[in-house]
Amino acid sequence: MPLASIVETPGSSDYIGILPEIILSVFGMLIMALDPVMDERRSQRTLGGIALAGSIVALVASFFQAHWLTSTGAPGLAFWNMIKLDAFSVFFHVVVAAVTILVILSSYEYMEVQQIRAGEYYALIVFGAVGMDLMSSAMELVLIFIALEISSIATYILAGFRRRSAISSESSLKYFLLGSFATAFFLYGVALIFGATGSTSIAVIGKSLQQYSGNGHGPMLAYIGIALMFVGLGFKVAAAPFHIWTPDVYEGAPSPVVGFMSTAPKAAVFAVLLRIMFEAHAPGRVLLIWIAAALSMTIGNIAALVQDNVKRLLAYSSIAHAGYLLVAFASLPANGIPAAMFYTASYAAMNVGAFAVVGHFAGAGERYVTIEDYAGLGKRSPLLASVLTLFLLSLIGIPITGGFFAKFYVFSAAMQSNLIGLTIVGVINSAVAAYYYLRIIVFMYMREPRQEVPVTPVPMGLGFALGLSLAITIYLGVQPTRILDYAQKSVELLR
Amino acid sequence: MNWLDNNILTLITFAPAVGAALLMVFPRRHRDIRVFALVISLLTFVLSLHLPAHFHRDQAGFQFDTKVQWITTPNIHYHMGMDGISLWLVILTTFLTPLCVLISWTSIHERVKEFFILLLILETALIGVFVALDLFLFYFFWEATLIPMALLIGIYGHGRRVYAAVKFFLYTMIASVFMLAGILWLYANTTPHSFDFVDIQNAMRQGQVANFAGAAQWLFLGFFIAFAVKVPLFPFHTWLPDAHVEAPTAGSVLLAGVLLKMGTYGMLRFNLGLFPEQARANAWWVAILALIGIVYGALVAMVQPNMKKLIAYSSISHLGFVVLGIFSFTQAGLNGAMFVMLAHGVSTGALFMLAGIIYERRHTYEISEFGGLATPMPKYSTFFLFILLASVGLPLLNGFIGEFLVLSGAFQAKIWWGVVGATGVIWSACYLLWMYQRVFFGVVKHEENNSLPDLNLRERVALWPAAIMALAMGLAPLLWLNAIDPAVHNALVPFTQFMSKVVSQ
Repeated sequence: MPLASIVETPGSSDYIGILPEIILSVFGMLIMALDPVMDERRSQRTLGGIALAGSIVALVASFFQAHWLTSTGAPGLAFWNMIKLDAFSVFFHVVVAAVTILVILSSYEYMEVQQIRAGEYYALIVFGAVGMDLMSSAMELVLIFIALEISSIATYILAGFRRRSAISSESSLKYFLLGSFATAFFLYGVALIFGATGSTSIAVIGKSLQQYSGNGHGPMLAYIGIALMFVGLGFKVAAAPFHIWTPDVYEGAPSPVVGFMSTAPKAAVFAVLLRIMFEAHAPGRVLLIWIAAALSMTIGNIAALVQDNVKRLLAYSSIAHAGYLLVAFASLPANGIPAAMFYTASYAAMNVGAFAVVGHFAGAGERYVTIEDYAGLGKRSPLLASVLTLFLLSLIGIPITGGFFAKFYVFSAAMQSNLIGLTIVGVINSAVAAYYYLRIIVFMYMREPRQEVPVTPVPMGLGFALGLSLAITIYLGVQPTRILDYAQKSVELLR
Repeated sequence: MNWLDNNILTLITFAPAVGAALLMVFPRRHRDIRVFALVISLLTFVLSLHLPAHFHRDQAGFQFDTKVQWITTPNIHYHMGMDGISLWLVILTTFLTPLCVLISWTSIHERVKEFFILLLILETALIGVFVALDLFLFYFFWEATLIPMALLIGIYGHGRRVYAAVKFFLYTMIASVFMLAGILWLYANTTPHSFDFVDIQNAMRQGQVANFAGAAQWLFLGFFIAFAVKVPLFPFHTWLPDAHVEAPTAGSVLLAGVLLKMGTYGMLRFNLGLFPEQARANAWWVAILALIGIVYGALVAMVQPNMKKLIAYSSISHLGFVVLGIFSFTQAGLNGAMFVMLAHGVSTGALFMLAGIIYERRHTYEISEFGGLATPMPKYSTFFLFILLASVGLPLLNGFIGEFLVLSGAFQAKIWWGVVGATGVIWSACYLLWMYQRVFFGVVKHEENNSLPDLNLRERVALWPAAIMALAMGLAPLLWLNAIDPAVHNALVPFTQFMSKVVSQ
């Protein structure tokens, strides 16, 4: 029998399903090919420009995918049901592409100040984005694993890019060792789920586990499998108790990279978690996530209270934010998924922005990263300080910022799912968190400036990135309806 | 005219914010910044005068209603409206803000632009709190007041300003998340889901709120703690003296004049409006806390060596009257509570302005630094005495009416509430008059006080309206009360129904 009759050849709809991934891969390879042949001193901007162009085209491609889905009404399944392109995955494609654009824009000047000359920096960001896009649309656990590895390996290397600094190398190595350990857990979980259900396709797993969702007792193997997978994914999103690596890695990695890896891969992993938890009808979901969410919020916030290094502070804050996001996962799917999606988007905007400011302000060798260094920034650089203030207010969850609505929706979803205890833990945590964000604002505006800390003017690329993320943060805080409606609609299509 | 009636609340609420946005594009050192801020705040005040002019005083329901769907899921409306309870609080806000601008004219000389921007944003948020009828919108404005106020204290305040600002922020923030949990619970359990105050109230009357019986007590407490910290009710008051002492004058005026009323307004609107039976059941301990606040605030005020701290503790005492009046559940008590809110806003606001004026000259609030000021500053001491007597509760001035009504309500509810509460009036005479005696009478003890300039024209312009208002409210209280009365009556209706239910059993 000829091969063609057993395996049908992929058609154009299959390729549309992975259009952004294809585009990003092509641009990434182009950068890799051009890097060795170009003059090392001048190639930076060109290569960065190519990466920027690639991610913009990928963003456009994601919009095209959305348009294609609605206009043709295609089911969006591609490559023998391994890929599912739906409104849900398009949403995460857009988030990942937007984060990539913002990070590349804010990297230009950073790379020059840090005197890092390496074209592969941009290629790795783009390759990482490929993995993240693939994760959000994969319907097959093995493919998810591959995509997870693509994105993880890129971020492992990116974390160590400040090669002259020992702390950056430590960060990279730590991230790599613990990360591979966590991936092994994930893989083991996949194996057990395969044992329990006989498939690695989420749709099939969902069907076979659904019969247990009524009485709540699945096979033991499935419980363990889900728990192990959660360990692996929980590590990637820095959820407690798998968060120990976060502060060290974030402290050592270059600031724009931290902005990148605290948002885009997290968004993608949350997309995977959403699919596994809801579409695969994971048993024992609520208790598992209840504990992880409560722990993440509490540990993250309490540890952040005593940090003096702004990068470490924001690292602990990102643990806490993973906790808020997990609250949505414990809720009913109809309310929880849109809340989680909205949270991912607004968290991405504000956190990338915050790290871009931190990266600019840190100066050569990232010397100025303690909270003392921020004293009097409000007087010396009013614009930069006010932008950072808005991001911090959004992280606190103050009205007219995206962070406010994000928290509001998450807790509202939890309340509608009758998770009163978890909601109360969450709201108390968000009040405690106000203290440490406020501390930075207090230092910026209410302390006398320290003259030895240099303040440089904001370059164009960074200014553009900051303006963009600020605009998104405010837009989500004033007019959240469109995004939320879209998220809601995509959930209806999920079922 | 109809269009104006429908949109007047939006106009008033956002006029200061628009002004603030315009101020942002002003050059930093522009000398007209102050003039512009004054014009904006006066314009807002003039706009707000439309409200009492066109308010139907015989109606109890919400007027000047605006309701637009803001967000579809969750079901959030941009719903604004006002009744007799919120009407005067809005006017109080718009009335005090121009005075705040005037009083900060020369005392703020660094980052002037930012100061007035924050002041105007604060005004928008404050008005929004009083007119929002969607619980989400209410919470939105409620939280929005925090940042400008904390920044006003933290940047423009005195010595320990950062400590005071952070303390203020954290106290109110932590307390208000319990209210947020309550709001979310109400939304989740109301069919159909809604944040709308009127919808939720109707759903409650028709028993369409699931699991309400079990949760009501917790909901009451969740809302109550947020409001109690804001009032502040004993024992949640410790942030207030710090915030007041460190705040710049305009901050203190708005803090005492309006921000504290957000708490009592919230109790009246939400604790009574949504959980009438729980409010009744919890009234005994709330009233005890209020009485402790009245006496404790007064006693602590008496021994304060710092003029501003003394006024701050007197606020705790006065706000105790408001809470006592609300939880007496009598028509007179509630009317009185509303009136004390307004009177306290005017007279304590003016007292803080007066304290700020002397601070600008001498850079101290210590009572012992003064003495015999009546000789070098006759106009100042006259104003001070007039406002102080209003605050003490001298008949024919505004303080008397409210306290009298509250006490008569308290006596109707429980005799001993009235007895203990009435001592508060005596205490306030003691600490205020004693302070006046030490500051103004006798011979000038400190040489530098001899040459203090008396009030200038700008300061007099800022003080006259407050003084006139104190007198007008004392002479013709009905002008205010006839709008308050129907709304208060309406707020009490569920109780009368409740009472008749008990009686019929």
